[in-house]
Amino acid sequence: MRIAVASGKGGTGKTFVATNLFNVLSRRGERVTLADCDAEAPDDMLFFSAEKVRETEVTHQVPVINKDACTWCGRCSRWCNYNAIFYLPNAKVIEVIENLCHGCGACSFACNSGAITEKPVVLGAVTTFSTDVGSRVVEARMKVNEMSPVRVIKAAIKESGDEGIVILDAPPGTSCPFIQTVDKADYVVLVTEPTPFGLSDLKQSVETLREMKKEPAVIINRADIGDGCVAEYLEKENIPLLAEIRYDPAVARIYSEGRLVTQEIPAMASLFEKLADHISEGYGTVGQNIRPTWKWR
Amino acid sequence: MEVAVISGKGGTGKSSVTAAFATAGDRLVVADCDVDAANLYLIFNPEHGTGQSYIGGHKAVVDHALCTVCGICESYCRFDAITEQEGKIMISETSCDGCLFCSRICPMNAIKMVRSDKSRMYSGSFRNGMMVYGRLAPGEENSGKLVSMVRDEAKKAAGETGMKIILMDGPPGIGCPVISTVTGVDRIVIVTEPTMSGLEDLKRVFEVTRKFGGEVGVIINKYDLNEAMADRIEGWCAALGSALLGRLPYDRRVTEAMIAGKSVTEMFPDAEISKLLKDIWNKLITNGKE
Ligand code: SF4
Ligand code: SF4
Ligand code: SF4
Ligand code: SF4
Repeated sequence: MRIAVASGKGGTGKTFVATNLFNVLSRRGERVTLADCDAEAPDDMLFFSAEKVRETEVTHQVPVINKDACTWCGRCSRWCNYNAIFYLPNAKVIEVIENLCHGCGACSFACNSGAITEKPVVLGAVTTFSTDVGSRVVEARMKVNEMSPVRVIKAAIKESGDEGIVILDAPPGTSCPFIQTVDKADYVVLVTEPTPFGLSDLKQSVETLREMKKEPAVIINRADIGDGCVAEYLEKENIPLLAEIRYDPAVARIYSEGRLVTQEIPAMASLFEKLADHISEGYGTVGQNIRPTWKWR
Repeated sequence: MEVAVISGKGGTGKSSVTAAFATAGDRLVVADCDVDAANLYLIFNPEHGTGQSYIGGHKAVVDHALCTVCGICESYCRFDAITEQEGKIMISETSCDGCLFCSRICPMNAIKMVRSDKSRMYSGSFRNGMMVYGRLAPGEENSGKLVSMVRDEAKKAAGETGMKIILMDGPPGIGCPVISTVTGVDRIVIVTEPTMSGLEDLKRVFEVTRKFGGEVGVIINKYDLNEAMADRIEGWCAALGSALLGRLPYDRRVTEAMIAGKSVTEMFPDAEISKLLKDIWNKLITNGKE
């Protein structure tokens, strides 16, 4: 089963929820994998000391043009839908702009003169770690100065498989990287803040998920810093509220140092235990709008 | 002069800082380049002068009446978007990258490309100048093209009104939309928070700005959540020769102001945080080049 933990905007506590939920499930001896799909800012591993098991580079194939064989027909440049081939036949200039190339392979197919070969270019890496209790963390990490994290995210989700429980820490927003991640999830938990910014992003996430025929559940983080706008919206839209977590400087401090609150604050541990119960038992009924029988205030 | 406010990750308070800057001094043009989660309009409520649609990427669609299920498209698509299911060719909208390859090689001409036009760009006036913002339709590739369109419109607005400063609220992360936001700007402000993840993300986004952008300064927001970590970040800034613009305390009034549809400098002008923000803004726009 795959659970995505997501948020319309970053910084609402998505990583906080994903890492602590994972910790609690690991401690119970569940077969669990945490996949950090926020490939532009992968931070989950800051919270665990785990052994690196395997690292795989994620590459795509980028064209290499042999000018001597080129007959200056221009087909490759016309077939490229990303303007990645800079072509000036009169000046005898033809160059691949690697930063714009998506590695689709159209240009090498288009060339009838055998002037195009391909080479792999590294986009990022997928690394698998094993914790001391046998659970796994799979990290997607996009290389700095690359344009899109999507291929790296896809590779990490593949690596995570679907055995036991897989927690996907999703990238922020509702564009392509987010869709790629939640598309594979059986259950989506949105973490939000009770503020106008939080609500606006939450609405966008919910609408996007509903278009994908997915019904999310929501956790409100820093529940006491804003107003009632998010709770009202959830009520109106019949979206289950899984938990409300109050702002607590002690929690913020533990988090800031890369530690886990479920290891240090008993009340937090019991909150996440309940969340874990709910997820390992009750997820099957989500979508029929179950209200959890407990709530943290 | 163009100033971009960014952060390696979301939720560091970047938009609240931008809102404060936007209302701290002279009239200016505000550009919300966080097109995937545009929020500033909630505070500035711009009067919609104009709206324009932005034509997004292509998506492949099969015409089953023409398709002979020869499988050629499936074998060439490098994005694993095409599969054969129960004797039918299916193209996954979420996986299709819009490269057009399949539509060019299909022997039956059975694949058409469609484009989404649901993304929008708006521009209008707000109480301290002009505002331009984009809203990316869900599922679109966040390619930075909409960001460029927002930047161009902001420059046009600045030219027409004679306002000298363009202030941009950037997207989170380090990918294409961030690169589009910082390329060629005069000043970059990175807003971070005193956490381990804040520091890691700061390092990564700093590397991007070094390659593509202008002069970089760092603000440590909510520094009092963990002062030791704030010191560590400050040390790191010094080592890399990037200026520390200031430390801001955690203050619930920032959220209170947001709920009231205002910036903290507007609603609580005498608060310490408002004074700090005004100082930082004045320093940013006065000293150095221009
Ligand atoms: S591989 Fe695709 S994106 Fe890259 S240059 Fe060739 S046609 Fe363009
Ligand atoms: S398609 Fe081949 S021959 Fe034609 S311009 Fe491109 S590289 Fe040269
Ligand atoms: S290449 Fe064309 S005809 Fe062949 S399977 Fe694909 S869509 Fe159908
Ligand atoms: S347009 Fe490109 S990515 Fe989309 S289905 Fe066709 S070959 Fe695959």
